[in-house]
Amino acid sequence: MNINKLTKALFITSLMSLPASAAELEISVTNLTHGNYFTPLLIAAHDMDSHLFQAGEMATPALQKMAEGGDIADLDAAVTGAGGVTVANPAMGLLAPSAKVDSIMLDSGDMTHLSLTAMVLPTNDAFVGLDAWKIPTEAGTYTFTVNAYDAGTEANDEIINGGGASGTPGIPAAPGGDGGMNATGIMDNSNNDKVHIHPGVLGDTDMDGGVSDLDSRVHRWLNPVARVTVIVK
Amino acid sequence: MNYPINIFKRNAIALVAFTAIGLAGCSDNDNDTPAPVVPPVVAPVMQDYSVTVTNLTANQPMSPVAVVAHSNDSTLWSTGMPASVALEILAESGDSSGLTDETGVNELLSGAGILVPGGTETIAISLEQADVADLSVVTMLVNTNDAFTGTTGFDLATLAVNDTSTLRVIAYDAGTEANSEAKGTIPGPADGGEGFNAARDDNDKVHAHPGIISMDDGLMDSVLSASHRFDNPVLLIKVTRTK
Repeated sequence: MNINKLTKALFITSLMSLPASAAELEISVTNLTHGNYFTPLLIAAHDMDSHLFQAGEMATPALQKMAEGGDIADLDAAVTGAGGVTVANPAMGLLAPSAKVDSIMLDSGDMTHLSLTAMVLPTNDAFVGLDAWKIPTEAGTYTFTVNAYDAGTEANDEIINGGGASGTPGIPAAPGGDGGMNATGIMDNSNNDKVHIHPGVLGDTDMDGGVSDLDSRVHRWLNPVARVTVIVK
Repeated sequence: MNYPINIFKRNAIALVAFTAIGLAGCSDNDNDTPAPVVPPVVAPVMQDYSVTVTNLTANQPMSPVAVVAHSNDSTLWSTGMPASVALEILAESGDSSGLTDETGVNELLSGAGILVPGGTETIAISLEQADVADLSVVTMLVNTNDAFTGTTGFDLATLAVNDTSTLRVIAYDAGTEANSEAKGTIPGPADGGEGFNAARDDNDKVHAHPGIISMDDGLMDSVLSASHRFDNPVLLIKVTRTK
């Protein structure tokens, strides 16, 4: 056993001697995508009956607002109104492709579950989502990946037109400055109006026309889209 | 990592040699000098593991799978950070040999050959107990510009004998070469093009691979077709401690 291992073992021992009810969390989020931004993140600790979203259920108006325009205010208010605690916008703005925000401190108090959302931009209504992850009671480092969901509230026409308000078609913006214009739009034949795993974007290589204002070489992704590490102290 | 044990062995050999010289030097002397105690030579205790990998893709052969034993404060890559040159070479050409020179790497084993789509291979690795720390498994998806898959920093200490840990891992983009899919840029059989090129013309951060577009899906310069597309997970890894 070398010094390093010994130090680590001692460190782990000291962590384990802390009371199991400690609820201090240190969180990091990495955007795994090639060319998509995350709008301001909402990280929420809440009770077992609360959700920011649920796959297979209709999006709430608050979720729709986040997924179509990146506005987390209503979701934040809903969580805190129900006694939960949140961290809003830890990256102080957009989280760029392949960028990481870390050292996010959250005292979950007696809240038992953790959720996370942010809009994936540029998309019509894609969001990165973690739904009610049970916060471990044992101190340690927990790492997992999370997927992109489709809020099911807006057709994925892939037209960048500034439309970010709920119910307004189109994509608000391409923050990387790499979007196209004048697309005719993709016919989204899906009538799934429930929250579901996002099918991904199509895009094309015509930045001044074509069917999509997204660039197939830049804006596509495969799930998962984010890696989350939670250190339970 | 085996430094302390080597030192011990060396000391033991030196002591044995010294003792032999000492005895030779006092052949006729019958005084009662006690015979020096020769410490027993301790055989290293080995821990054996098997790493079984299955290529889950439709049509992405994988370069000979590298199984790397390394110290637990090192990793072969970190998402969001630039790839090392050794990882870049692996991700662009499939050649894993440069990983042996990475910090903290104790041992590199390589699969027998290309891991074909649908193929399974088991690679055995035996480590001295003192060397048991972290394991990485890494391979290139060869019909791509710079896609690789695997896991890094897997903690072997969590496995008891006969324990198996199963991982289903995603494809990563080394971020070192643009995903042009163009003729002459892909080393795999779909193209037979260039492998490693030191120029970095992508975002220079390891991230989740966005997938293959292919000519069939509108990328006109692509030499790839629909079957070269993949979705996650792309590789199944089973790590078993066998001894």
